[in-house]
Amino acid sequence: MDKLIIQNIHKRFGDHEVLKGISLTAKAGDVISIIGSSGSGKSTFLRCINCLEKPHEGTISLNGEALRMQRAKSGELIPADHDQLQKMRTRLAMVFQHFNLWGHMTVLENVIEAPVHVLGMSKAEATERAIKYLRKVGLDERAQGKYPAHLSGGQQQRVAIARALAMEPEVMLFDEPTSALDPELVGEVLKVMQALAEEGRTMIVVTHEMGFARNVSNHVMFLHQGLVEEQGSPEEVFGNTKSERLKAFLSGSLK
Amino acid sequence: MIDIIQQFWRQFLWSDGYHLSGLAVTMWLLSLSIAMGFVVSIPLAVVRVSKAKWAARAVWLFTYVFRGTPLYVQLLFFYSGVYSLEAVRNVDLLNAFFRDGYNCTILAFALNTCAYTTEIFAGAIKATPYGEIEAGRAYGMSKFTLYRRVIIPSALRRALPAYSNEVILMLHSTTVAFTATVPDILKVARDANSATYDSFNAFGLAALLYLSITFILVGLFRKAEKTWLAHLRPASSH
Repeated sequence: MDKLIIQNIHKRFGDHEVLKGISLTAKAGDVISIIGSSGSGKSTFLRCINCLEKPHEGTISLNGEALRMQRAKSGELIPADHDQLQKMRTRLAMVFQHFNLWGHMTVLENVIEAPVHVLGMSKAEATERAIKYLRKVGLDERAQGKYPAHLSGGQQQRVAIARALAMEPEVMLFDEPTSALDPELVGEVLKVMQALAEEGRTMIVVTHEMGFARNVSNHVMFLHQGLVEEQGSPEEVFGNTKSERLKAFLSGSLK
Repeated sequence: MIDIIQQFWRQFLWSDGYHLSGLAVTMWLLSLSIAMGFVVSIPLAVVRVSKAKWAARAVWLFTYVFRGTPLYVQLLFFYSGVYSLEAVRNVDLLNAFFRDGYNCTILAFALNTCAYTTEIFAGAIKATPYGEIEAGRAYGMSKFTLYRRVIIPSALRRALPAYSNEVILMLHSTTVAFTATVPDILKVARDANSATYDSFNAFGLAALLYLSITFILVGLFRKAEKTWLAHLRPASSH
């Protein structure tokens, strides 16, 4: 069944058209990697999915429910119904490049925050859930009372993943989750993501990690200048590359 | 010094026999104006940095006026200036309010500290890391929840050092209250001075009292910073 259907997303910044019509369909359990050089629009596309960026054209629907949009004076499409957008966002948990944990909250508080104050869960229930997911990403009791600034980048990103998991979302959006990490910390985060993929979670991952795209995802999209230049299974995209640009990109990034 | 203490200690601390005076009055002025200023400054700070242009400008004008004029002048304006207007004296409620020196003093102090606190909080709100706001949005928070749970708690914590400064400055500013016949510490010191001509000890005692309040306030704020700013301390101090 199709979980997430994104159609024909266009986005401009000023006169510069960053996205020129990108579509994506994710079935339950899909792990879709979006690759491309910087400036190709991959992060902008991901951010359009939960409306952190407002697209100029396009439709977004989750589990068959289309997000109602209206046109703003600026020409962008904005959500017509904020409650609907907020509900949809709770089902599309996002993991950011720079973690974006709430600095004044401890690890545990970060993870229970949205379940308690957005989903309306009881604190006890949310805490139980938080501890479960913190364990899953490899963080034990000692980490729970710490503040984000006192953790390594890899630990912070794993907390951010636990925060996303605690929403028990339909789809997880990863925006370059390892790009801000020291090389030796990338592995611990990728390992967690791979475990999530193996559990059958639906994930959309903007990444520079070709190993992850090749080995973990079941669909790869290569973006170039705001368009999908090539896409398919990792075997096709990496093993039987058609586009010259993708060949050049891969030879650059596999060095 | 012993003489002054023997004669005036009760007045310096809490009562001149009929009314509250001295330390009790100073603390009452300080805590009431700080509390009112604090409560009002939070919504004003939110408006100050909001996109509602005209509302933001109105708050800016308020803070500009109250930070741009001396507190002493503000107090005289409310106590003498406003009360001199016939339009005010003709309305019973206003007449009763502005006739009382305490009311005018609290009003001037609260508005003054509110203006400074609004600017402190507005600055702290503006300095909220953008990623934290974006995370709140991405997790489905409404604007209200985002302010209540992320932006304001984070901003108030960051503002704590600057805010503690404002509270101590406000303590020192309460010394203008005698203008409106409010018997604070300084008023008692003046009375003691004119009764004994022992200026050194009369004002020395007042200075010691203010210093002790400051000492306690600094201690309290240090404790508060230890609790509320733990997330900004280097990890090694854990």
